[in-house]
Amino acid sequence: MFKTLINKITTNISRGFHTSPCLNEVRLLTRLRVVDNSEIGKRAMAEGKPPKIICVYNKRRVGMIGDRVLVAIKGQKKKGILVGLKQTQKVKVPKFDSNNVVLIDDSGTPLGTRIHVPIPTILRTILKEKTHAKGADYTKLLGIATRFV
Amino acid sequence: MSLVYRKSVDLLTVAKWIMRREIRSLSSLPEKAEEKDVAVEEKRHIGRRPRPQNPMLEYRNVYPEFLPDPNPNWRNSLREKLERVDMLKRRNQINIPEFYVGSILAVTISDPHAQGKTNRFVGICIERKGCGLRAEFTLRNVVDHQGVEVRYELYDPTIQTIQVLRLEKRLDDKLYYLRDALPQYSTFPFDMDPEILPEGTPVPINPVQVELKPRPWLERWERQELKGISNIEEYLKEKDRVRRELRKTPWEKYDLMKQYRKTIPIEEQNEIWGEVYNQLQQMKTSKKKITRKRVMSAPKSQLG
Repeated sequence: MFKTLINKITTNISRGFHTSPCLNEVRLLTRLRVVDNSEIGKRAMAEGKPPKIICVYNKRRVGMIGDRVLVAIKGQKKKGILVGLKQTQKVKVPKFDSNNVVLIDDSGTPLGTRIHVPIPTILRTILKEKTHAKGADYTKLLGIATRFV
Repeated sequence: MSLVYRKSVDLLTVAKWIMRREIRSLSSLPEKAEEKDVAVEEKRHIGRRPRPQNPMLEYRNVYPEFLPDPNPNWRNSLREKLERVDMLKRRNQINIPEFYVGSILAVTISDPHAQGKTNRFVGICIERKGCGLRAEFTLRNVVDHQGVEVRYELYDPTIQTIQVLRLEKRLDDKLYYLRDALPQYSTFPFDMDPEILPEGTPVPINPVQVELKPRPWLERWERQELKGISNIEEYLKEKDRVRRELRKTPWEKYDLMKQYRKTIPIEEQNEIWGEVYNQLQQMKTSKKKITRKRVMSAPKSQLG
């Protein structure tokens, strides 16, 4: 048993097999962490059933900071905005230890009244750019943030 | 005749070997390896005359980004020279202090996205990488129970100040394991006061050993021979221990060629430090003068 294991591993080494670290991308079926104090979000996190992404609204279908996502949470479909990512970020943009999301409704109004983790400052500019007159207003999210990094 | 010839050849090989040893000990790589080598060399030189130490070469730990990447494919002497000039120019503009992995820093940048147009972040430096103008460092902190990491370029023109709040080293060269450690080990308050070390003291090494959270981990820490982790053994299974033994590469410390490829040889380092030594020294003395002035003027302001 032990010998076979050694043989397996040594052949692996000699073959030069190696694995690269994962990219931590936010894409279909990624689990997220809800960071606002909305009722549904709090209950989902407390039950240990964090929301799952079912769509990322951009062309690449890989979520970047400030992107809109559709999540499945407690048997419902809700929209949310990504406010912090695990993925390696550009210089001066903070990288978080978890993928954070804030739930919003269709008009861009957040469901909760408070965000209890820090929010990257670059989100200000990104959300302003995404907001158009007559469309949804995403900058309301910035009003309920408690801290920026 | 042949005997003399053979002796001279022997001497040559010995000299070559010593040269190589010297190159190895002068790397800008991990301190611990160097300390061992220095000890060995000292033992060897006890009987003979004491060797003069080049003060310039001590800068390889303080300013590691002045040394180029040793990979020959990426070398370009002209670009390196121009980059060094630009780095010195930038250092004339702002004070980039001496710091190491494990030091606690506060960085203020001008940020067009922030409300006050400046953004200050405090955290522990978990890595330093890159050479020349591309030198980077990463700060980590836990803010509101959320781990946050920010990567900065050392010579970024948007950086306003870099302040060292606590100058110290840790037991390892990279502190990535803080991501899997308990949050208390990477939590630092934003209103921390800078601790001033008395002049001339060596940089203290903080011997703190962190506790890891239970698995899953981001990396296989058990294979990396880390000294800064206290409780790794209790999370390991028999399988992990066996594989760690199999993956060990104890012969690598004897691989002179590998060491040579990873480091810049002493001749080239002498050239580089000769170019920048005077200016760096001048900056150091002028900085000292300014701090002394501040110390002298501080009591006056208190009286007033």
